[in-house]
Amino acid sequence: MSLEQFKNRNVGTQNYVKLDLAHTPTTGWGQFKQVVGRTFKPELFVGLWVTFREMGNALVGGKMHTTQYPFEKLPISPRYRAIHDMLRLMESGNYRCIGCGLCEKICISNCISMETKYDENQRKEVSEYTINFGRCIFCGYCAEVCPELAIVHGPRYETASEQRASFSLFEDMLTPIDKLNLQQEYDGFGAISPNADENIKPTPLAY
Amino acid sequence: MSEVQTVENMVSITIDGKEYKAKEGEYILNAARANDIFIPAICYLTRCSPTLACRICLVEANGKQVYSCNTKVKEGMEVTVNTPNILAERRAMMEVYDVNHPLQCGVCDQSGECELQNYTLELQVDSQSYSIPDTKRETSDWSSVLHYDAGLCIVCERCTTVCKDMIGDAAIKTTKRGGASLDKAWKDEMPKDAYAMWNKLQKSVIAPSNGTGSTDCSDCGECIAVCPVGALVSRDFVYTSNAWDLRKIPAVSAHSSDGFQIYYEVKPISIDNRDEKIYRVTNEWNYVSLDGSARFGYDYENRGVTKDKKAFDLAIEAFKKAKTIRFNSMITNEEAMMLQTLKEKMGIKLYNPEVRAFQKFLTLYADASGHSLYTSSMEDSMKSDFIVSVGGALRNDSPGLKYAFNNVQKMNKGAGLYFHPVGDTLIPSFGKSVSTFTHKVGLEEATLYLVLALFSDQDKLDSSVKDYITELGGKEGLIDLVGGDSKKFIKGFDKMMKKKERFTLMVGEDYYYHDRADNLAKLIALIEQTAGFNVVMNPPKSNALGVAIICDLDDNAEGYTVGYNEIGDFRLSALGDGDLDIPAFNQQEGTVTNLSKRVVPTNVALDYGGYELNDLMKELIDDAPEETIDWTKRLPTDRGYRAVEFDSLDNYYDNAGNEHRGYLLNVLFEERDTPKVEKFYDDTLLDGDIVYRCNPPRQFNDFSAKAHQIFEPFGLYVSSSKAESLGKKVEVVFDNGTIVVDVIEDKKMEGDIMALSDFKSAENVYGLFDGSRYASVTIKEV
Ligand code: SF4
Ligand code: SF4
Ligand code: SF4
Ligand code: SF4
Ligand code: FES
Repeated sequence: MSLEQFKNRNVGTQNYVKLDLAHTPTTGWGQFKQVVGRTFKPELFVGLWVTFREMGNALVGGKMHTTQYPFEKLPISPRYRAIHDMLRLMESGNYRCIGCGLCEKICISNCISMETKYDENQRKEVSEYTINFGRCIFCGYCAEVCPELAIVHGPRYETASEQRASFSLFEDMLTPIDKLNLQQEYDGFGAISPNADENIKPTPLAY
Repeated sequence: MSEVQTVENMVSITIDGKEYKAKEGEYILNAARANDIFIPAICYLTRCSPTLACRICLVEANGKQVYSCNTKVKEGMEVTVNTPNILAERRAMMEVYDVNHPLQCGVCDQSGECELQNYTLELQVDSQSYSIPDTKRETSDWSSVLHYDAGLCIVCERCTTVCKDMIGDAAIKTTKRGGASLDKAWKDEMPKDAYAMWNKLQKSVIAPSNGTGSTDCSDCGECIAVCPVGALVSRDFVYTSNAWDLRKIPAVSAHSSDGFQIYYEVKPISIDNRDEKIYRVTNEWNYVSLDGSARFGYDYENRGVTKDKKAFDLAIEAFKKAKTIRFNSMITNEEAMMLQTLKEKMGIKLYNPEVRAFQKFLTLYADASGHSLYTSSMEDSMKSDFIVSVGGALRNDSPGLKYAFNNVQKMNKGAGLYFHPVGDTLIPSFGKSVSTFTHKVGLEEATLYLVLALFSDQDKLDSSVKDYITELGGKEGLIDLVGGDSKKFIKGFDKMMKKKERFTLMVGEDYYYHDRADNLAKLIALIEQTAGFNVVMNPPKSNALGVAIICDLDDNAEGYTVGYNEIGDFRLSALGDGDLDIPAFNQQEGTVTNLSKRVVPTNVALDYGGYELNDLMKELIDDAPEETIDWTKRLPTDRGYRAVEFDSLDNYYDNAGNEHRGYLLNVLFEERDTPKVEKFYDDTLLDGDIVYRCNPPRQFNDFSAKAHQIFEPFGLYVSSSKAESLGKKVEVVFDNGTIVVDVIEDKKMEGDIMALSDFKSAENVYGLFDGSRYASVTIKEV
């Protein structure tokens, strides 16, 4: 159906297709016949067959459709905002966070806190970092503001625990160094837009 | 409480078509600022000479392009801040500053208050047209406090300028960068001034001026304060906090008597410990320059104190049976007023020997001169063009007056005479027109007679005085007597005096403890009367002036003594080692009377959980108010204070640089006869080994000693030559005791007099000297 047709309110001029339906029974006898006819149609057994077939498939054929939570988890959209991850640089394995404090500043729940210091390599070192998840509202501002794509929202949506603090430290959020190869690049909230290159004006270099 | 702006000497100028008033002789930039008009400017520092490093302050004046920071206003001048050409220049300049500037705003300490960031945004620089290969520029630590990141430096020269024109150490200078030189092709392609600026910028970095890797300076940290970018930061602060995370508390510096404007910048200690601590001290560096004790001596708070009821009750008992309260000058006006009230209501003696000596001297001076208080201030002396400093080791005792002495040489084409028994190599370097006299201890009166001979209107001098001067050999005789070379000096003196109009006499602490303070005070009054000098005195430490004015101090202590940050039978202490804890200076609100006779408010930087003096007052007297600051309006109006609420006191500088901090003490004047000065005797001259009671720069008291960034140790400071003749450690034998101290070389000292620190009250150095500042001693090797 074209838009033109759709807008045309003059029903009489439209090419409607008429369905060839039987008339609704009007007598008591007619209604009784309709009920009996519908009840004992063989389609009932078609349906039953499908159910039994799938039961067989699931139980003995290994084609179960239910997710076995919590042993199994569904993949989640990258734009979902769950407990934060702290990413590492793929090449060196160093953490990406440079300690700029922007996440701390932007956080509207004021729940990020960090300590930094001057390290022996003349760099700013993040000595402590914590998010108070009792206060975090998972707004995603921290991930959006982070210039290094260091703090991102991970897929870990289960936030029930005895101690909220138990997953709020830097080490808890940081990609474990032995799982570095499993670290996913983040394309959720605050990630670089696919057309970022087009928006950048190159700076002249004298090398 | 604004000071009245004098209307005379004002000219009219128009800026962007609007008419404004400006002080005659003012730079366009300052005139604009005073009228709240914004002209971009990076390298200019108020109170220092324009260096023309940045050139961004370009404006058009009467149709010609000029630098607003070094062009003076003229009557009828028409100024345009932005023209198309100037906008193009400025934009190019900011692009140039951004060339090769490391993209590390994310970690930089200055981010958020960086002038490079600000101006780049202000001038809307969104692309870069210029490039040049970068040079490796190393980061280095210049001293125990200075950290320089050459990569971030934009060579605005503010640090070198402030160090030279204000601080006087001239410890840093621009030096060769050794980078690629600018392609001449740029010259035609880019705006003219931007090219010239870039050309200079590309050639330099900053380095210690003595050619070594370290500055060996007074570690005042003022260069850190003025640096517009993150190139200069204190070693302690680097990478510990973003500027925006720190809360600024307006306050007053605690240790020297300068009472500088400062901000304590605080934030929680750590993630675990949410108590706050002071991360750094900053200041309004265009209008006030700090010394090292003010900038770095901040972490002396009395931490972790709770209300100890038992100790409090004992304290009440102690006060009830006390005959004397012993205290020092680390105390606010309000607390001084409380102690004075205790004296009045309970008859307790107030013992503070150091301030007592100063108080006596003030009285002697007031009697002789008719001025209830000295006439000048630090700010006023900065406006003079001839400064004579007597009786003080300027570099150690009085950073503010040292800055004024130096600044006058640099900015007002000034001249200066410095009289002191301890030779100092830094003072002569302040300017070509500075003469220093290293005189014998005991010849203080002779120096003042020389000042009379040199500067007084001879008609105004009594014939007896003139005769006495002649008897002493006139100018020449006196010059030679106080350690000068009369032939050389007289020749240069006329030149020194050329076009000089405003004279200031700086009087230091030595005089207050002098045997003949009486005659010295009269001589000072006579100089003031006959030579047109204004006088400024250096109160010994902290709030000595406030204590001297508010309290009726006694000459000696007797009976049961309560010590307030001092020794006593019962000790109240903010150092955490007393019988009852009290808040330290950075945990108190109240007012301080500073060297410039200004009553300035200070605020609480850090929490304090214990009792304070006013809690004791509430138990001890009937009409004690609720809060400490309720005492502010009770300060004695008959002694120059005003009955005003603490909360009504202003605390800022306006854009014209006028100080709106608290209020100025009222100074009264009654006409007096010319003071009758006496002759002096040279039989009081000290000989043999002489020690001088004097602290190293940055150290003033137990509190500065507690601060973790003040490193100057307690000891015997001696000149390099003297150090050779002494061992590492010596025993100094006084008439009434001895002390064993380390010998420390001070390269800026000259001569044989040794300076013994007295900032640790436990060592009781003050007692060893028995109220004097010099003593003849025997030095024994250990
Ligand atoms: S998600 Fe929002 S509330 Fe949570 S830490 Fe980030 S900025 Fe703060
Ligand atoms: S914004 Fe990113 S880089 Fe900056 S401190 Fe936060 S996590 Fe680290
Ligand atoms: S260190 Fe700072 S103040 Fe000094 S020249 Fe460089 S940018 Fe300017
Ligand atoms: S700390 Fe003070 S004296 Fe030292 S270089 Fe900096 S400004 Fe000069
Ligand atoms: S402010 Fe005038 S040249 Fe820099």
